[in-house]
Amino acid sequence: MNSSDASRYLSTRGAPAGLRFVIYAVFALVLMYLDQRGRWLESIRYGLQAVAYPIEIALNSPAAAWQWSQDVFEDRAALQAENRELRQRIRELEQLALRRQSLERENAALRAIAKPAVDVVEKYLPAQIIGSEFNSQQQRLTIDRGAVNGVFDRQAVVAAAGVLGQTMRVGPWSSEIILLTDPEHALPVQILRTGVRTLAVGTGKRDQLTLPFLPLQTDIRKGDRLVTSGLGGVFPAGYPVAIVTNVKRDGGIPLAQVEAQTLARVDRDRIVSLLWFSADHPAAPVEPGKAQGGDPKAKAIEVKKVDSVVSAAP
Amino acid sequence: MRRWSLRRRAAVGLMSSFILQVVPLPAVLGWFRPSFAVIAVLYWSIAAPGWGGVGLGFLMGLALDAYLGVVLGQHALATAFVAYIAIRQHLIIRNKSMFEQTFYIAGLLLLWQIVVWIIDGWTGHALGSWTRLLPIVTGTLLWPFAWEWLGGDLSRSRR
Repeated sequence: MNSSDASRYLSTRGAPAGLRFVIYAVFALVLMYLDQRGRWLESIRYGLQAVAYPIEIALNSPAAAWQWSQDVFEDRAALQAENRELRQRIRELEQLALRRQSLERENAALRAIAKPAVDVVEKYLPAQIIGSEFNSQQQRLTIDRGAVNGVFDRQAVVAAAGVLGQTMRVGPWSSEIILLTDPEHALPVQILRTGVRTLAVGTGKRDQLTLPFLPLQTDIRKGDRLVTSGLGGVFPAGYPVAIVTNVKRDGGIPLAQVEAQTLARVDRDRIVSLLWFSADHPAAPVEPGKAQGGDPKAKAIEVKKVDSVVSAAP
Repeated sequence: MRRWSLRRRAAVGLMSSFILQVVPLPAVLGWFRPSFAVIAVLYWSIAAPGWGGVGLGFLMGLALDAYLGVVLGQHALATAFVAYIAIRQHLIIRNKSMFEQTFYIAGLLLLWQIVVWIIDGWTGHALGSWTRLLPIVTGTLLWPFAWEWLGGDLSRSRR
């Protein structure tokens, strides 16, 4: 080590630390005030997200490399087994789709809808998870899709078996997702069995939700499925959300203490889907997102329209 | 690290601490993650208060704010605050034994967490649970190693 180099810095120099701290503190407080009250910092944030994007990619690269090497060296037997599993899954889904078509036809007839019934999901866009933040105050993910792909603020995000969360801050190439389990997130849900509407609030624990606003006498029990109620303007009605895992009724508290486990899983393939909804569908969110559609370059997958419904409707 | 110039060593130490602070970790490991960035700032505030000073804490905090997506200025204020106290007390802390030093560090890390926590409250964010205190414990345990790795006592190595 160069001693003269270090010795210059061994004690404080220049303006006293107290004065400097006061200046920095005032600056920080002004920043916080502007960030909370004003909206003009939004553009700075947008720029910061653009700067953070390469860093996020770099920090995610070890995990991505590990994933890649696993994909490359996966052996033949495992791949064949996975293939079999996927084929089986496709058969099951085909069965479901067949049944769904007849149900949609029946539904259209019952509701006497003359206009062509379209799927509530207009298109979807798969996105890769490039960052995550899981602690008791924040449950967030960062994905590699942003404004250039047509992603908008408060867009619905799903993963595998259920609702995952919604976009919160959209940068040019990346966006941040607030998960259902974030303590600052509340989702309007419905108990599938009884139709009771309530809010599912995040707990800050992985996969755990709580339903804090149900009166003691509410008909809810372990194993009940929760689906989105379509209120709130982000998710359409009927999307699977969670399964009730624990109901505690304590006479001392006027509300039931209900815990639920989310159905969405991200640990396996690290892929999530962004959804666009057709606003005129009966199940569409009550207050649809402003930006519909997106950039075609993003290769979002258009959902096939069910033609048979139209022709079969009376 | 020891043979490198002060500036290069500081740059490497601060950058790696920032990366360790923000790199994605599995949920449970994340609870125990010490505040690496704050520890690095504290080291430079105590070992070489004339080098980065309060401004180093402010900038490191601001980078954290920007990266974590919280209100701009939150970690900046907290980190500048503990850097200021560490600079004020640097002669006292530097001349304590390592065992006693860790108590000062525990106090500073707690103070940092309290400032961040208060601002969370002001800005209407979730306050979290007692798991917020875990990084203080791990950070305190890490301090002796961080102190050595980041460069040790610069005033002693002169002799």
